[in-house]
Amino acid sequence: MTFEMPDFLLALPEIWVLSMACLVLVVDLFARGRESALAFHLVQFTLLAAAWLSIETQWGVTATTFSGTYVADKFACLLKVAICLLTFLVFAYSRDYLRKRDLLSGDFFLLGLLGVLGMMIMASAHSLLTVYLGLELVELCLFAMVAYDRENRVGSEAAMKYFVLAALSSGMLLYGMSMVYGAAQSLDLAQIAAIAANGESGLLLAFGLTFILVGVAFKFGAVPFHMWIPDVYQGALTPVTVYVGTAPKIAAVALFVRLLVDGLGALHDQWQVMATIIAVGSLAVGNLFALVQTNIKRMLGYSTIAHVGFLFLGFIAGTEEGYSAALFYAITYGLMAAGAFGVVILLSRRGFEADLIEDMKGLNDRHSGFAVVMLILMFSLTGVPGTVGFYAKWLVLKAVIDVNMVWLAVVAVIFAVIGAFYYLRVVRMVYFDRRSDGEPLEASTGLRIVLAGNGLAVLVLGIFPDSLIMACKVALAG
Amino acid sequence: MVELSNYLVLGAILFSLGMAGIFLNRKNVIILLMSIELMLLAVNFNFIAFSHYLADIQGQVFVFFILTVAAAESAIGLAILVVLFRNTNTINVGDLDSMKG
Repeated sequence: MTFEMPDFLLALPEIWVLSMACLVLVVDLFARGRESALAFHLVQFTLLAAAWLSIETQWGVTATTFSGTYVADKFACLLKVAICLLTFLVFAYSRDYLRKRDLLSGDFFLLGLLGVLGMMIMASAHSLLTVYLGLELVELCLFAMVAYDRENRVGSEAAMKYFVLAALSSGMLLYGMSMVYGAAQSLDLAQIAAIAANGESGLLLAFGLTFILVGVAFKFGAVPFHMWIPDVYQGALTPVTVYVGTAPKIAAVALFVRLLVDGLGALHDQWQVMATIIAVGSLAVGNLFALVQTNIKRMLGYSTIAHVGFLFLGFIAGTEEGYSAALFYAITYGLMAAGAFGVVILLSRRGFEADLIEDMKGLNDRHSGFAVVMLILMFSLTGVPGTVGFYAKWLVLKAVIDVNMVWLAVVAVIFAVIGAFYYLRVVRMVYFDRRSDGEPLEASTGLRIVLAGNGLAVLVLGIFPDSLIMACKVALAG
Repeated sequence: MVELSNYLVLGAILFSLGMAGIFLNRKNVIILLMSIELMLLAVNFNFIAFSHYLADIQGQVFVFFILTVAAAESAIGLAILVVLFRNTNTINVGDLDSMKG
């Protein structure tokens, strides 16, 4: 057996992020005490450069390396660009918040960067082993980030719950992988796809498929595996909540597409039923529980569950349009969620988290510009026509209608209408409720610019969604 | 000669025990960590059994990675446990209920 030299250049984005993470680790060690400014800027530069490198080296090629465990294709490239840019946005929100609470250190950004590396590996995984390693790298970073504020009781409780449930779901996923390995006699996703397509060893594969779907649904936070989402969203620091709520959702799409479409796509008929139950359950639980929340982070957590239900519609359709619609949904949802949590960060100050929905009251009197941003974000999350959230919902609905599952689309729309209630309640508070202590906002200029930019991006994507939709279609077409 | 199915049944039993440990245990968080380890080891059993009977080495390579990751995972789990104990003075599963809704 000869040893073949892997093509390292193909994996340049990951190698770049890893090297820079090591560099940041050392730099942060020697440059402490200056608010880790150098580490922060290095991490941000790394993310932008990684997005650029992904486009340069991976857009338009389809090739595997490292003995077939790593694949570079358009799908991976688009996901990596989205993950890097969204994380860039999240870190831009985080810095001000952490500085005000004396929590600012390079560790936060370093953990986030390593998490990004894990997500990038997931996006490019072409073997069960790579999928698992990428996933665990993300999860380990997320555990540490949720428990980042060591003095915080709620935070450590959330971290413990997250840890136990995530480890449980990883166990399920692995058990499914072991079954699939036994059936397909290989860890390679292409090989697994070939075995799944010829239809032998059906029972073992079906068994593995069920466990894998459970594991993947957990990573999304879909019902009935959603228990961790509200607690983690509420308990973690707001910057960590933004991080958990944006890029890992896109990585979860990668997980789904790699395992259940690239690998077990031939068994679509079998997982379609399970995915339908998951989607309807998520839509119902997410929207109904969000109605009764008083904590805005928790409310946005339940709203995430509802959006995951919508996203699953794209998978259920099982067509190329469906998958690209799900991808578009994940990316745009990440952008909208980042903005919504950004407003929470904007309103908070030291000793006051602004995490109750009531804290949104009178935002229009305090700053009319950010009231407009919140309005756009809430309308977009609702799916009001003309916003990017509308196109996302429309695409997934169109995908399920195309495969003659009209009833599912009707159910989804009914729950979306119910969901409109709690989004529009926030809008009502922003515009029509008065608040006695209408203090001016004390957020820094940088944070204001980032938030305004985020709102603008959602607005612009709502007016010109075509290029991103095209990119998602091309990415899934191979 | 031990059959492949025997190993698979053993793996399934260990996995179920681990899962039952997580859901039934209402007392101690450390037992949760032990149950998680048990689940991962059950998976390792499966991989090694398949690897042996399929005469394919990849399964055993996977096991090494799982062992390594499991070690890292328990390290983080125990670290969170220490933080939790410092903040709450308890590691009782039933007491982790400050968030509701």
